[in-house]
Amino acid sequence: MPIDETVARYSDFAFMSAMAIYALALVLLLVQYASARANKVAERELVTAGAPVDPSLPGRIETPAAKPTSERLGNMAFAVLLVGALLHVGSIVLRGFATHRFPLGNMYEFTTMATAAAVVIGLYFLRDQRYRSMWVFLLVPVLILMFLAGTVLYADAAPVVPALRSFWLPIHVTIVSIGSGVFLVSGVASLLYLYRMRQPAGAESNSIFGTIARRLPDARTLDQLAYKTTIIGFPLFGAGVILGAIWAEAAWGRFWGWDPKETCSFIAWVLYAAYLHARATSGWRDTKAAWINIAGFVAMLFNLFIINMVISGLHSYAGLN
Amino acid sequence: MTDTLTPPTTPNPPVRQSLPGRAWALVRNTWRGLTSMRTALVLLFLLALAAIPGALLPQRSLNTQKVEQYIADRPTLGPWMDRFELFDVFGSFWFTAIYVLLFISLVGCILPRCWDHYRALRTPPVPTPRNLGRLPHHFSETVDRDADAVVEQARGQLRGWRTEVRPGKRDGEVTLSAEKGYLREFGNLVFHLSLVGLLASIALGKLFGYEGNVIVIADNGAGFCTTSPAVFDSFRAGNVNDGTGMTPLCVRVKDFKADYLPTGQAEMFTSNVEYQAGEDLSTDTWRSTELRVNHPLRVAGDRVYLQGHGFAPTFTVTFPNGQTRTETIQWRPDDARTFLSSGVLRIDPPGGMYATDEERRQNQIAIEGLFAPTALFHGSLLTSSFPTMDDPAVAVDIYRGNTGLDTGRSQSLFSLDPEMIKQGRLTKEARVNLRPGESTTLPSGAKVTFDGAKEFVNLQVSHDPAQQWVLVSALTMMAGLLVSLLVKRRRIWIRAYPAESGAGTVDQRRTVVEMGGLARSDQAGWGGEFDRLRARVLDAETEN
Repeated sequence: MPIDETVARYSDFAFMSAMAIYALALVLLLVQYASARANKVAERELVTAGAPVDPSLPGRIETPAAKPTSERLGNMAFAVLLVGALLHVGSIVLRGFATHRFPLGNMYEFTTMATAAAVVIGLYFLRDQRYRSMWVFLLVPVLILMFLAGTVLYADAAPVVPALRSFWLPIHVTIVSIGSGVFLVSGVASLLYLYRMRQPAGAESNSIFGTIARRLPDARTLDQLAYKTTIIGFPLFGAGVILGAIWAEAAWGRFWGWDPKETCSFIAWVLYAAYLHARATSGWRDTKAAWINIAGFVAMLFNLFIINMVISGLHSYAGLN
Repeated sequence: MTDTLTPPTTPNPPVRQSLPGRAWALVRNTWRGLTSMRTALVLLFLLALAAIPGALLPQRSLNTQKVEQYIADRPTLGPWMDRFELFDVFGSFWFTAIYVLLFISLVGCILPRCWDHYRALRTPPVPTPRNLGRLPHHFSETVDRDADAVVEQARGQLRGWRTEVRPGKRDGEVTLSAEKGYLREFGNLVFHLSLVGLLASIALGKLFGYEGNVIVIADNGAGFCTTSPAVFDSFRAGNVNDGTGMTPLCVRVKDFKADYLPTGQAEMFTSNVEYQAGEDLSTDTWRSTELRVNHPLRVAGDRVYLQGHGFAPTFTVTFPNGQTRTETIQWRPDDARTFLSSGVLRIDPPGGMYATDEERRQNQIAIEGLFAPTALFHGSLLTSSFPTMDDPAVAVDIYRGNTGLDTGRSQSLFSLDPEMIKQGRLTKEARVNLRPGESTTLPSGAKVTFDGAKEFVNLQVSHDPAQQWVLVSALTMMAGLLVSLLVKRRRIWIRAYPAESGAGTVDQRRTVVEMGGLARSDQAGWGGEFDRLRARVLDAETEN
């Protein structure tokens, strides 16, 4: 079936707009991040504002304390992010309509899906006010990945090779890309956790690093976020690998053949399993576990970029010839 | 000890265990060390680490030629790397050692835990701790009901929990212990046991399974039957499989079709085949089916895959006495995009044409060269511009002499033995470009005609008796994992006792209710459920 060029252009346009909007949200979030002093004052104000009002006093109209600028900026950024995420998902859907197939046939499409998953997962897990400062650190890798997707990895809308013409494509690749997105959130949380362990809440240094750390959630919150996201990502990614094996049995004649991509997925899965075990082992629970989580994410990144672009294997569908 | 003459008594040496005792202690300590979580973690790491060369270095199991090339490029380092089995990572002694140790550690850890879990299921929840205020989740209030009623109501609210009501130490005190989430450990055990099942079924499949590739020309010819490994062009079998007792199966290929986009990108490969298996073999019934990429033929527990395709040119040699010989043989596709193929076709002169075998051997004819499905000539150089057979042509060198097939030396199916040419036992008689129907006459008088080409398919027959058990293990593994990650193991205790009113007198109508909660598993965010439970168990009573 021919490619619908117009729809493909709309898809590209939506992708570019999503990137621009994320960039705008990033600017808003950075401004919010920078106005931290206001934050401290605001906390004090909120305490008084939250005190119960005596209902027996008639006629007094309580004007709610004005929200501090930084908080309003953060809320604006969150709303802007929502629009960006909608456009992002829209670009994926349009790509599917343009090519008349499931839009996960090359690395551009995979990276777009994974970053969209990371943002959507972020919108769910980081919706709370206290996580707002984390968005800066999540949006930076998302924007970098999207930039790479739009430039280096970009592939024109096109049909896929015969081996990819299977109903397993949407199942296997969607699950793996969503898993990758979840792991991105988890990896960022673990990185920030390690940073926060060096600059613990209440004892931050007076340098710029301390100032940056002061805006972050405390170490415990970050650690729990990393764990909560990993226990979603781990079974998702595991299911993705198993479904991939079921597909490989039909497409390549064996369910597992240590193809570089399979090997690297195995490594990443073992590392995440090690992370979950480390969380249950005394002496490994804190920093070491976080490092393992980061190692797992590095393996995922390696799997996506190096394996697809440098090492040739059966998964070389990058579309970068 | 006044007598200074007596030598100072040496302190008693520590009691040494007997040799078997020490040996047993060593075994026991090694076992404890091996089955500890810390060791399992280290082994998991080693496993991940050991798999890295498998992803980065060329592997024999995937591509032997690449490995040979890699070693040839590194004359000193290469053989050493080979000695450490870096090109067969997943069958190497060190990789095997790691995963065997890991699985021993796993079994050693899981089996006692199964027993513990079984016992935990049969023991009532633990008694209420003395100080509930120390628990991470805690609440206390005074209500206008007696202690028994409070606990009874709480018990009614804790449906799905294992509960145990015990009398407390104080006069009139009642305690309630409740526990939920036993499924977490169950899921965990199922996950790990399935992992063992997965490994065992993969191992069984590898031991008893086999896999063979065969090239069949898609002209509704004889096809093949799985009678022996010799039928296949390449055959890989498990260690306990000697190639006998293969599942009887016959396949013949009616046609093959490749669809391409105008850009030359493949769209789909389809082949119509006929097969016989089981009962059909004795009744000689052929069933037809369509093989496609992603759609293998599943028959009698085996699978037949369409794995590749290419072209097989047909040549006819007309000898000076009028006798003809026609042959079709697969040539190797060298370019995956244009299917420019190369190969050789060897023809023996008909019997009786020459007096002796020796003379006959001197007059064999070999046709070596290139085949293009859609010919594109740069001058007289042949390339291919498209992978479908629209305008086929060959560019061949025709040799006469001894092809060397009787020498006992092995040679490639797709090229002549260069040694025979170098020694002058095989001499070039012509270099021509031919289109279908065109022919050339050799100086020796024989006429070589290019008749066209047929398509061939590369079929793979795979047999893995344990494959469905691999699937079952993987699925139970995922189910166990999900249960163990989603279910939280948590405990709740309630202590209710009559409140004191004023100067040490007990007010029988007012009851102090303390409630404490503890999530036993590493689980953030349990506070929400505790608060809801508190509301259900306690606040409901306040309203009464």
